[in-house]
Amino acid sequence: MNEAALTVPAPRRQSVALAMRRHRVVLLRCLFIIVSIAVLELASRLAWIDPVSFIPPSEMALSAWKLLLNGAYRDDMIMTLSSAAMAIVLATTTGFLFGLLLYKLPRLRRVLDPLLLSYYAVPIFVLYPMLIVLFGLNRWPLIMLGFLFAVVAMAVNTLNGLERIPTVLLRTARMLRMGRVQEVWLIKLPASLPFVFTGIKLSIVYSFIAVIGGEFLLSGTGFGYQIAFAYNNFDNQTMYGLMLLLLIFVGTINLILHAAEQRLYQRRVLREPS
Amino acid sequence: MNPGIMRQGSGRDRWLDVLLLVAGMLLLWQGASWALGIEVLPGPWRTLLQLQREIADPDFGKHLAETSKAFFTALLIAVLAGTSLGLILGVRRLAGDVMELILIALYSIPKISLYPIILLMFGLGLSAKIAFGVIHGIIPIVIFTMTAVRNIRPVYLRSIRTHRLTPWQGAVHVLIPATVPEIVAGLRIGFSLTLLGTLLGEMFASQRGIGHLLMLAIDRNNPPTIMALALMLFMFATVVSIGLLQWDRHLRRGTQP
Repeated sequence: MNEAALTVPAPRRQSVALAMRRHRVVLLRCLFIIVSIAVLELASRLAWIDPVSFIPPSEMALSAWKLLLNGAYRDDMIMTLSSAAMAIVLATTTGFLFGLLLYKLPRLRRVLDPLLLSYYAVPIFVLYPMLIVLFGLNRWPLIMLGFLFAVVAMAVNTLNGLERIPTVLLRTARMLRMGRVQEVWLIKLPASLPFVFTGIKLSIVYSFIAVIGGEFLLSGTGFGYQIAFAYNNFDNQTMYGLMLLLLIFVGTINLILHAAEQRLYQRRVLREPS
Repeated sequence: MNPGIMRQGSGRDRWLDVLLLVAGMLLLWQGASWALGIEVLPGPWRTLLQLQREIADPDFGKHLAETSKAFFTALLIAVLAGTSLGLILGVRRLAGDVMELILIALYSIPKISLYPIILLMFGLGLSAKIAFGVIHGIIPIVIFTMTAVRNIRPVYLRSIRTHRLTPWQGAVHVLIPATVPEIVAGLRIGFSLTLLGTLLGEMFASQRGIGHLLMLAIDRNNPPTIMALALMLFMFATVVSIGLLQWDRHLRRGTQP
């Protein structure tokens, strides 16, 4: 912080240097990934590692491409996506309202605080069997698992964001005699947006982890199930193809969310130089 | 977090809060059990009795020992490797910048779908579970340690240079002591994820361990056993997590004005 303030005289040169550095980092990152893939490819082709159990990345890509083209797994993909989407919608709305409630009721918050802090210490997957008993072997246990896994992250981040709203904004709301809903919609939500967005991002990530994990362990359809199925049938081509598709898909979502989040925070920092 | 606001209540208030929380959760549980039927969701008391019965089972000790062995080995590896990797990436700024996004991406993929690869590499058995626990737990520890080293006061880094410490000495005498609170915070998350990873590893393609018992209970449609095991894991994880949290707070006391 202080150093940046001291070296203001040459902002242009500094920003150029910063941009150069950022480019170099991106370049090196790509290089790292490419080299890792190349090493894996070589190791598998030259049989340093068992080429049957770990097929070369190029074959994985080919298999993924074929799977995508022949569309045999389209229903599973849609199933997983829709389950995760439902979990995300449920978790973000409930989580936001829950965060709001905790913000309004400090007493409740004090009581629930230890639970919120240690919630993620408990492997929530141990509840999956119970959810299956409760909801039956269909998609609802998965959706509930995703919901349970994601909702607390959303609530905690909402609470975090609400606590950081500048008091002057709240005073403005009171001065303008806004109603409850108006205050939430026009003041609280926009002012805490970056933190709420972090909550949404985590909800999306956690929902996918829970839904795919649940499918993998015990389910009859979906992406995770198909990977487990291929593994159990020694169908390594399909298994690696599916894994690659999954990784690319989840990776892309994460990258987009991460970039959007960075922009939100940056804008906020620029507007409030405190 | 904001310890100032949260720690206002006196000691007795805090105990009251904890009591309220536990009582509320037990009531909710009991209520849900009555609403759904005792066969679907056994209440707290029945679950405790069942847990007692499970522990009395002669095979239980073996399963618990298997899980503990896998879990603690994984945790040890995750902490040691995670901290050293975090220190290196924190000190080498460029390497840290390059790896940070990759680590975050790895953190957020559903690693369970990669478990078959681990199984193919390590074979069925203990080492696969350990490896799976490690890949779950190590990333948060690396990220926390790396961030901590980056935000270290520059004077510490300069003092390493003026004393001409070797990298090892610098890490042991300066970097680690200066970043212990963050390492503990990372350990807290790493702990729970390692536990999750180990259990998930046992739930899929395993013949021993608590996760295997859970899977067996699902196959036999045995809710009391599921609840009893879940309760045991819940209590273990919560107690350790609260303990680590207290340690974390204790370490941070005085460092933040």
